[in-house]
Amino acid sequence: MAAPTPLAAAPRPASAAERPPARNRMGARRWLTEIGWRHVVGVVAVVYAAFPVVYVVSAALSDGGTLTGSNRLFAEVSLSNFRALNGTVFWTWMANTLVIAIATAVGTVLMGAAAAYAFSRFRFSGRRAGLTSLLVIQMFPQMLAFVAIFLLLLGLGNVVPALGVNSKIALICVYLGGALGVNTFLMYGFFNTVPRELDEAAKIDGATHAQIYWTIILRLVSPILAVVGLLSFISTFGEFIIARVVLQSERNWTLAVGLYGWVSRLLEANWGLFAAGAVITALPVLALFMYLQKYIVGGLTAGAVKG
Amino acid sequence: MSSSSTRPAPAGTDADRARGPGVTARHERGTTAGLLVKIALMALVDAFGVYVVLAAWAEESFGILWAMVALLVAANYVYFSRRTLPMKYVLPGLAFLLVYQIYVVAYTGFVAFTNYGDGHNSTKEHAIDALLIQNERRVEGTAGVPLAVVADDGGTLGFAVVVDDAVRVGTAERPLEEVPDAVVDGRVIADVPGWTVLSRQEVLARQQEVTRLRVPVSDDAEAGSIRTQDARTGYVYRSALVYDADADTMTDQVTGTVYRPNDRGQFEAEDGTTLGVGWRVPVGAENFVTAFGDARYAQPFLRILAWTFAFALLSVVTTFLLGLFLAMVFNDPRVRGRRVYRTLLILPYAIPGFLAALLWSGLLNRRFGFVNEVLLGGAEIGWLTDPWLAKLSVLGVNLWLGFPYMFLITTGALQAIPSDLLEAAKVDGAGRFRTWRSVVMPLLLVATAPLLISSFAFNFNNFTLIYMLTGGGPRFADASVPLGHTDILISMVYSVSGVDGSAPKNYGLASALSIVIFLIVATVSAIAFRQTRKLEEMS
Repeated sequence: MAAPTPLAAAPRPASAAERPPARNRMGARRWLTEIGWRHVVGVVAVVYAAFPVVYVVSAALSDGGTLTGSNRLFAEVSLSNFRALNGTVFWTWMANTLVIAIATAVGTVLMGAAAAYAFSRFRFSGRRAGLTSLLVIQMFPQMLAFVAIFLLLLGLGNVVPALGVNSKIALICVYLGGALGVNTFLMYGFFNTVPRELDEAAKIDGATHAQIYWTIILRLVSPILAVVGLLSFISTFGEFIIARVVLQSERNWTLAVGLYGWVSRLLEANWGLFAAGAVITALPVLALFMYLQKYIVGGLTAGAVKG
Repeated sequence: MSSSSTRPAPAGTDADRARGPGVTARHERGTTAGLLVKIALMALVDAFGVYVVLAAWAEESFGILWAMVALLVAANYVYFSRRTLPMKYVLPGLAFLLVYQIYVVAYTGFVAFTNYGDGHNSTKEHAIDALLIQNERRVEGTAGVPLAVVADDGGTLGFAVVVDDAVRVGTAERPLEEVPDAVVDGRVIADVPGWTVLSRQEVLARQQEVTRLRVPVSDDAEAGSIRTQDARTGYVYRSALVYDADADTMTDQVTGTVYRPNDRGQFEAEDGTTLGVGWRVPVGAENFVTAFGDARYAQPFLRILAWTFAFALLSVVTTFLLGLFLAMVFNDPRVRGRRVYRTLLILPYAIPGFLAALLWSGLLNRRFGFVNEVLLGGAEIGWLTDPWLAKLSVLGVNLWLGFPYMFLITTGALQAIPSDLLEAAKVDGAGRFRTWRSVVMPLLLVATAPLLISSFAFNFNNFTLIYMLTGGGPRFADASVPLGHTDILISMVYSVSGVDGSAPKNYGLASALSIVIFLIVATVSAIAFRQTRKLEEMS
């Protein structure tokens, strides 16, 4: 990280020199020991966090498209790599990934919310046992069972090809198998915070359970729906091992499988393509992330982990 | 759920009770609409289910058939009965959970105790058929039959042959079947309705496929098949092996050797030789014994196990420490621009993990990577190819990926610590360091411990990072199996399973290792959670 240091060093003296006397009533020396060093650390950390990102943007904009050619940052700026993407299956992969991730997110939200509603609002025999078994089952990560998933899909594919190996629908179904589990718990807790009096009032007014669910509860819990949908979208977007095992023909691949293929096969030659693809791939997730930062931070502390 | 619909719709109460998830019912709309939507949805589900049942019947997949029947019965009962209200909401998720999570977990457990894999791929019936087919030889002394290579609309190759003055056509999948109205000109088949007769050039272009093609004479594998070498004359091939169903033996008609099934799922002769294709049988705990005791696997396995622990633990510790340090640095309201810092610092976290790993694999490339060529002035350091440096790189990249997450959660935890506690500590005469050690750290750990544990569990199975960054390499020099210094257990499972075709398939061993991973993660989590609870009680 020697190269970006000049960049990093620039803002520091400026802030150290200008800001403190004006804003804080303390000496420059004291400001430096108590606050100024925090900015130094911050700038170093930001450089550390951001330099690979800067690098990949520069590599995407480079003209050559090789790994070596990408090392001089912003030596030239051209869109040739992005144009070259049109000659590849990249956009098919992007479409596949979006379809799979969005379908999974929507399905996860709908099924998880419905289950959470049942567990939160109804009292039925087997409710406690159901909650406990969900807690136990979700401890076994689905990816560990990829061999069994593969074998299951081989069997299903003999009967219904659309549910077999190399089908996007099958992959979505596999992901939906994990829809209950963690998500239900996350939502169950949130559903419990919605006062039951609201349901009761609606019930007295003649609303049915379905009407209560669709028109009252779902609206009140929309923040948690957003969080669950987003987390599910992001983890599906980047899921690799099951996608790789299930999707076999190149046109069905997701971005994770496809971009891995580029880099693992011909790292040196495909680097520009990969960089351009990576920038485009990262954008939707990055945008969502920045936009919903607050929600995600809240969701994280509620116990979700990036997948 | 007493039904007191205010609207006097005739089917109102029923619809109200039965309307399940997936039905967009709005308050204003009449309840009959909801009922109609529900019936339409259920009709779709039932149609699909019946299709699956019929297809499973045709394929003789009775497991799938009965599972589907059970799901259909359950779905119809749940959505048309009045007494199953909670299930109306749970069933859709539960169905997927049962099939794609609970079943596969159970199936993993089952496969772990079998020898499923290359050479033991299927049931005994399939193995017998495969053996008969593989040992087919041209039947001595039979005359060839006139043959033409044909293709259907999809391009699937088949043979048309003239047997007893009738033209019969079949493909690799479909046994020979008579086709009426075919035109035969002497010994040449000129035209077959529904099929295209390939010209000489077309046959030459697909020569390999043609000489490899095997068209079964009938559904019975013992009836043999038609094959050709010159695309003009077909010969009947029959198996040199004969299966005797009553005695359950295979007999080689050329040598006269009799093979009997052994308990390993193979046909075995008296001198101990076995036939190539076997079937899967339960082998007890053998896969587990292999993992821990077999010379080929045990040593790599134990090294990988140790590295997996080290990797997961160090990943959590390094990311937590860096995240905590940054959180402390910015946990001072006098620092301006904290929001900007935070937004920039979570960049690595907002980038999909697989992209980051691939990006770093380029940055750390030995010859052309940015780190070596620019930052280190052209040094050729094998960041990803030297055993120890590769481990360091994996940890370094994971630090980059993971510290923003820890930064976020520790910031949250720090801000949640009540300030009167800190003041009380000050009043009691505790110094800065003492306050940290005795007040802040315990509270922080209690708040973040569950997340640290799940972070450990996540990294324990962080397949994407390892596979994309190093592919598990550099390889162990002394191992015969394709495993390497940075492989963690889950990537070892992937290699051993052979699903990507780089190694012989061994589903049994792979599943056994999956179970081992699960047991380890579950045990570690359980112990850690118990410790946290103790910590919670203390503070």
